[in-house]
Amino acid sequence: MKLHVDWNKRHAEKRELSPESLAKVNELMTHVPEGKHKSALIRVLHLAQIEFGWLSIETMDYVAELLKIQPIEVYEVATFYTMFHLDPVGKHVFEVCRTGPCMLVGSDDIISHIENKLNIKVGETTEDGMFTLKTAECLGACGYGPMLQCRHKNHEFLTKDKVDELIDAYRSGQFES
Amino acid sequence: MPIDQANLNPKYMKGRKLLIEQVNIPGIETFDVYRKNGGYRSVDKAIKTMSPDDVVEEVKKSGLRGRGGAGFPTGMKWSFLAKPEGVPRYLVCNADESEPGTFKDRYLMEHLPHLLIEGMITSSYALGCNLSFIYIRGEFMWILHILEKAIAEAYAQGYLGKNILGSGYDLDLRVMPGGGAYICGEETALIESLEGKRGNPRIKPPFPAVKGLWGCPTVVNNVESIAAVVPIVNDGGDAYAQIGIGRSTGTKLISASGNLARPGVYEIDLGLSVEEFIYGDDYCRGMANGKKLKACIPGGSSVPILPHYLVTKTAAGEDRLMTYESLSDGGFATGSMLGSGGFIVFDEDQCIVRNTWNFARFYSHESCGQCSPCREGTSWMEKVLYRLENGQGNLRDIDLLAEINKKIEGNTICPLGDAAAWPVAAAIHHFREEFEWHVTNKEESQTRNFGLSKEPVGA
Amino acid sequence: MHRSGVMIKVTIDNIEVEVEPGTTILNAARQIGGEVVPPAMCYYSKLPGTGGKCRTCLVEVAAGSTADPRPMPKLVASCSTNVMDGMIVKNKTSEKVHENRGGVVEFLLANHPLDCPVCDQAGECHLQDLGYEHGSQKSRYEEEKRTFDPIDIGDTIKLHMNRCILCYRCVHVANNLTENRVHGVLNRGEHAEISTYIENAIDNDFSGNMIDVCPVGALTDKTFRFKSRVWFLKPMEAECSCTKCSGKVVLWMFGNEVYRVTARKDTYGEVEDIEGKPGWICNECRFEKKDTAKWNVTGPRVVDRHSVISQGKYETKIDSPTKNIE
Repeated sequence: MKLHVDWNKRHAEKRELSPESLAKVNELMTHVPEGKHKSALIRVLHLAQIEFGWLSIETMDYVAELLKIQPIEVYEVATFYTMFHLDPVGKHVFEVCRTGPCMLVGSDDIISHIENKLNIKVGETTEDGMFTLKTAECLGACGYGPMLQCRHKNHEFLTKDKVDELIDAYRSGQFES
Repeated sequence: MPIDQANLNPKYMKGRKLLIEQVNIPGIETFDVYRKNGGYRSVDKAIKTMSPDDVVEEVKKSGLRGRGGAGFPTGMKWSFLAKPEGVPRYLVCNADESEPGTFKDRYLMEHLPHLLIEGMITSSYALGCNLSFIYIRGEFMWILHILEKAIAEAYAQGYLGKNILGSGYDLDLRVMPGGGAYICGEETALIESLEGKRGNPRIKPPFPAVKGLWGCPTVVNNVESIAAVVPIVNDGGDAYAQIGIGRSTGTKLISASGNLARPGVYEIDLGLSVEEFIYGDDYCRGMANGKKLKACIPGGSSVPILPHYLVTKTAAGEDRLMTYESLSDGGFATGSMLGSGGFIVFDEDQCIVRNTWNFARFYSHESCGQCSPCREGTSWMEKVLYRLENGQGNLRDIDLLAEINKKIEGNTICPLGDAAAWPVAAAIHHFREEFEWHVTNKEESQTRNFGLSKEPVGA
Repeated sequence: MHRSGVMIKVTIDNIEVEVEPGTTILNAARQIGGEVVPPAMCYYSKLPGTGGKCRTCLVEVAAGSTADPRPMPKLVASCSTNVMDGMIVKNKTSEKVHENRGGVVEFLLANHPLDCPVCDQAGECHLQDLGYEHGSQKSRYEEEKRTFDPIDIGDTIKLHMNRCILCYRCVHVANNLTENRVHGVLNRGEHAEISTYIENAIDNDFSGNMIDVCPVGALTDKTFRFKSRVWFLKPMEAECSCTKCSGKVVLWMFGNEVYRVTARKDTYGEVEDIEGKPGWICNECRFEKKDTAKWNVTGPRVVDRHSVISQGKYETKIDSPTKNIE
C-alpha cells in the first residue's frame, strides 16, 4: 500500500484572490484577538478553493503570505482536512456520503450508478473535466440519504433517476455558483 | 419512499416542544419573525433581571446534560470554568456535528438560527465571555452563511456588540468553519482547529476549563445544549427538570435514520419508550417497507449496537426508555447509550459485518494519527473487517479483532479510540454467529445476508 | 530549578521518592532511575511540548493521592501526568501495564519494516529495545504494510518514513531551534507522515539535531549511511571551539578515523545539558569535521544506556580520561 502523489500536478500558476475575497480575509482577521489571525486559515482555504477549485502549492504559499505564517503551517492544515482538494478536480465535485446510515439506504448503489453513468471510478475526473467523483464520510444528512454534496450544496433522498437528472442539471449549468 | 422532512410538522408531534415548536413558522429564520414569536426573551430576562451566577444556577437546577454525546451536566461544566482576573474566557459552540447517525444540530441551525444565537448570548453572559465562537463543520457551509446573516441581524438590533441592551455587557459572536474532520468534534481538537491548526486532540490535563482556546479558560458546548439554555432561562430550571425521568431531564432532539418508515429529527420528552419512538404514529412509524427490525444503534455510531431482542426491552424484560439510564441498562453486555441521539435502525436485510466494517473504515479514516493505538489499531481493524466482509477471513480474525479492541480501549489520547473500539466489540458480542457465518460460508456470505440473529436461550 | 521547598511524596513500584510539585510521573521515576523508569518514545525532556503520543510510557495509578486514594480507571501517560502527594504508581509491578505496553509495541511494529539488518539506527534504536522487552516473536499483522520511498531532506539527512513512529520530536526540535520550520506532519491517520510537502531541503545550521532526537531510524545521517555498525565504533568525547554551538560532541571512531559525530546523550538517549543548556550541536560540527585534527579528544565516552553499544565495552567508569588520544 503506497500513496502515489504526482507532484507535478500539484503545481499551478499563482493566482490572487478576488478583491471581494480579500476584503473577506481582512474582515476575518478582525474577528479574532490581535496576533491570533492564524485562526482564519481554514476559512481562507475555503475561500481560495471556492475561487480556484482546488489548492495548488502556489495557492497555499499565497495563503501563507496573506496570513503571515509559514507555508508548512498551511500544508499541515490543508492535508489534514478532507474537504480540501490538493489535486486538480473537475468543474463539479460530487462527494457521495458512504457511511453507515447512508449505506443502509443504498449509497453503494448510488456510487456505482454515478461511476457507470460518468464512466469514471471514485477519485477520478471525467475526460471533459466536468465532473469529479469522490466519496465522503458522514455528511450529517443520515435521515435524508442517500445523498451527495457538490460545492456546499446538498442533494438528498437520491435515487438513480434523481442522479441522472442531477448530472443533466449540472451539465446544463443549472447549478452554477 | 422516505417522507420529506418538510412534511413533518412538529405541531402534530406528541409532547412538549421546547426547541423546535416554531420551526415551521414562515420567516422564523429572520430576527423580526423570531422576535415577534417570543425570541430573545431569555437575553432580556438574563441581562436585565439576573446575575451571571443566577443563570448558571438555573442551568444547574435544570439538570441539563451535554447533548453532544457524553451527557455531562452542563451546569457543572460551567461551574468548572476558571476565572482568573484579567484573562479573557471563551464560550465555543460545538457545531461540528459529524457522528454518523446524528443530524439534529444541523436541523436546528438551518431552521432556527436565532435560537442558537440567543442561547449563545445568554450563555456567554452567564460565563462572562466577551468573545464567543460557533465552530461549524465545513460541510455545513450554507448553514454558516445562514448563521452569519442572523448574527448580523442580532448586531443590528443591539443584541450583540457593545453595551447590549444598555447593560454595559459586550459580546462579539463569530462563526468559524472546520474543513472536514470528525475528530474536531472532540473539544480540544476543536480548539486546535479554531486556532487554525490540525485537529489533533490535546493531552489532558490541562482541561479547556483551565487552558483552552489560546491558552485561556474555555467552555465548549454542543448546539442543542446551548439552545436548551433558552427555555431553561425563560421558564426556570425547575420547570425544565420536571420533564423527563430521574437524571434524564428535559427534551432531547433525536435524529432517526436507517430503515425507518419516517426518518427525521424529533424532539422527544426524555422517558418516551423506544417502542413508541420506533413504531408510534407520531414518531418513526415503524420499519420501512414492512421489514423486520434486526438491530439498532440508539446514540450515534460510537455506541454499542443492540440486537432486535434488546431494543425495546431491557435484558430484565422492562420497557426500554429513551433516557440516559434506560438505554445504558445492562451495561456493555446488554445495553447501549443515548449518546448524541443518533438513532440508527437496521432491517432484516442488513449485514452486520458490512456495517461494522463500514464504521471501522469511518474511524480509521477519521483518526488524527497522533497516538499509536488509534492510528495503527483503527486501520488494522478496518483491514481485518474488510477481509471478513469479503469472504477472505478466518475464525482467528474474530478473536484478533477483540484483542486489538482491548489494546485500543482506554489507551488513547482522546475518546475516538474508544468510539472506534466499542462498536466492533459490541457487534462481535451480539452477532458473533453472523461473523462466523461469514467465515464458514464464504461464498454464500457474498450473495445473501445472514438475516435475524436468534435470541440467546435464557436471555 | 525553582525550589518551592514543599516536596511531595510518590511511590513508584514500591520505591518512595520526594519530588517538586509539578513533576510528571515519568520524571519522578527518572529521579529513582533504573528499572522503574517507563520507556518514552515521544517525550523528550529538552523539547517543550513533546509527549503523550506514543503511549509506551503508560503506567497504572493504584492510588491518586493521599487526599483521594482512589485508583485511576485507565492507564495514564506517565510523561504528561503530574504526581500528587501520596500517589502510588505501578510500572514494572503492574501486569496491566505489561500487557498494554506490549499492545502498544505491537501497534508500533505493525507497519514497521523490521529492516534492522540494514538500518543505521540498529544498536541504538529505542524501538528495537522495546521490541526485545515487549515484542512477541510472531507478528499477527497479516495485512500489507504501508510504505513510502526514502527521501533526502537536504544533503545530509535521509528520511525513511517507513520506520517513523510519528513521535513529533523532529517537528519540536525544528520549532525550538529554528525560526522557519519547513517540515511537519502532513496528512492524517494511518497516512500521516513527516514531510516538507514540496521537495524542500531542510537547510539550517541545526537541522542535524533531528537525527539525534529521532528514536528510530527514520532520520539518519547521510554522511554515515552504511559506513559501519555503531557497535564496532569507539565513542570518544571531544570538543572544539565553535561559534555556533558548544562544540562538545561524541566522535564515533574506528581506529583514528572519525565515522560520525553526534551530540552527547544521556541514559535516556536525550542530549545532555552543557553549561545548563541542552547540548545541541551545529551541522558544521556534525557533518564537516570528520577529522581528529579538528577536535580535542578528551577521552572515551561512557555509554550508559540499555543498548548493545554499552554491552561489554566500558563496564567501569574511567576516572581520568586520557587527553589527546593522538
